[in-house]
Amino acid sequence: MIELTAGFMPLTDSAILLAAKEKGFAEEEGITLELVRENSWANMRDRLAIGHFDIAHALAPMPLAANLGLTPFDTKLIAPMALGSGGNAITVSNSLYEAMSSKAQFSVSDAAAAGGALRLVVEQLKHGAKKTLHFAVVHPHSVHNYELRYWLAGCGIHPDADIEIVVLPPQLMADALAAGQIDGYCVGEPWNTIAVSRGVGKIATVKAAIWASSPEKVLAMRANWAAENEQTVTCLVRALYKASLWCADKANVSALCHILAKPEYLNQSADIIEPALTGSILNGASLNSGLAFFEPHAQAATFPWRSQALWIYSQMVRAGHVAHDSSNKQIVHDSFRPDIYRAALTPLGVAVPAANSKVEGGLLETTAVGVSAQSLFLGPDGFFDGTVFDPDKMDDYIAAQK
Amino acid sequence: MSGPLPSVLIIDENATRASIIEAGLKLAGHNRVTIIDDMNGIAAKIAALAPDVIVIDIENSNRDMLENAFQLSRAVKRPIAMFVDRSDNETMQAAIDAGVSAYVVDGLRQERVKNILDMAISRFNAFSRLERELEEARGALQGRKIVEQAKHMIMKSRGVDEDAAYKLLRSTAMNQNRKIVEVAESLVMSADLLGAGGGNDD
Repeated sequence: MIELTAGFMPLTDSAILLAAKEKGFAEEEGITLELVRENSWANMRDRLAIGHFDIAHALAPMPLAANLGLTPFDTKLIAPMALGSGGNAITVSNSLYEAMSSKAQFSVSDAAAAGGALRLVVEQLKHGAKKTLHFAVVHPHSVHNYELRYWLAGCGIHPDADIEIVVLPPQLMADALAAGQIDGYCVGEPWNTIAVSRGVGKIATVKAAIWASSPEKVLAMRANWAAENEQTVTCLVRALYKASLWCADKANVSALCHILAKPEYLNQSADIIEPALTGSILNGASLNSGLAFFEPHAQAATFPWRSQALWIYSQMVRAGHVAHDSSNKQIVHDSFRPDIYRAALTPLGVAVPAANSKVEGGLLETTAVGVSAQSLFLGPDGFFDGTVFDPDKMDDYIAAQK
Repeated sequence: MSGPLPSVLIIDENATRASIIEAGLKLAGHNRVTIIDDMNGIAAKIAALAPDVIVIDIENSNRDMLENAFQLSRAVKRPIAMFVDRSDNETMQAAIDAGVSAYVVDGLRQERVKNILDMAISRFNAFSRLERELEEARGALQGRKIVEQAKHMIMKSRGVDEDAAYKLLRSTAMNQNRKIVEVAESLVMSADLLGAGGGNDD
């Protein structure tokens, strides 16, 4: 047995990692997973970098930020696997929701309509009460931040000039919303459901409606550790892949809920965790092609697309977190490692994408694609504003961003 | 020495530990040291203080928020880098191991900052050691109380004196290759479970 120490945050999207341990998938591959709960992404990043953790449940931009030199440690990280797609939502206070609803009708699955309603409220506040809305995210280098900014900008709301984005620990967000300190936030589950269940907020839209079939958390590890432990990484990817299959099986939703709810994991009641897993969080709305709110497995949800790392990079550039040049683009390109994923899973005869990159927004609906083994369905993978991201045209894409 | 020593802000919800670090820094001649142990409105406090060096405990769940606050201050004021020198992995590792992180204004002379960080690390470690020792002392005290209790139970149930009761405990422990306190513990625990309080009369 190989012992691996894994850092995780108490979030619903740690499901694959927790299931790998609890349902024995790690053990079947000869791995004992020691799970350590963390309380900040800064700690997760630093403790992974110095080797307290072998692997980590990480924000998808975290390995990028580390490799681009934006973090304290000069340690290269890689992501050989994504830990599912979707799973975030944008929650707003009851009063903001009401104001938005009075401007225009929208449903959580229609990000453009929700954003349009928000723009009308922001414009009114600008001219009337001169109030700036505050939105919270969990970390500057998070998909939450980049997607929130992308959504706002795409709806005609400047993410710096028109509203203020602050960083708050997720466990404080619902209280801050109730107290009127913030007007909304973008966060992973269960923190949206918690605001809804306490009656202090409502979900305006969800990640899967902003950028369909996109990654949220990834499996991160040190690049040199992965190189020295190739066989272990192969076994780990296999274990997590099997765990993702188990998590995606509707018959296991209740069991998964109870695992996540445990005091040593999320320490929440199961009924707070369930809406994200059953999809009832969408409140009756349905996403394009019936996409799940949080997808642990289907549509290659665990495949680390380089094009997705590169889109995140385009938004890091847009936010002013990093300057764009060809060497930075190459660093990001090399941070996601679909080659490791493919090498680990192809021998099992499972369907793995044959390409490392794709045009994001190229698939408008679920489509069967050419793969290494059996048939695989991908997409839809579009952005809510209909824009297409072709990683080969990065310079044009960045230039077109305001 | 050229110019004043850097100003230091210590952010630690553990007020005792913070004051131990503060005392260390003052001893080393740092007279501009501020402690914040209340996270209320912290971003504004940091902006007002504009410290050269920030020392923070890594168990603080507000670290992501604070890090962002430092990044924002980079845009409006002076650049802030984390730790002293990205290549000084040894110091950084020692810091994280000790449970401390630091943020430093760019351009400060390295040896000055390193002194502050080294001080914080050693005081953090000293504090953990103290806590551990305190915990052990508490454990020892608890152990003595339990042995005392078990002794009295034996005295009562067997009608023997204190010395004999202790000898009985000790020989039981020796025969079973256990610690006296363990035997005493199981005796007290079983008495509790049986609800006899003072032990059985067998």
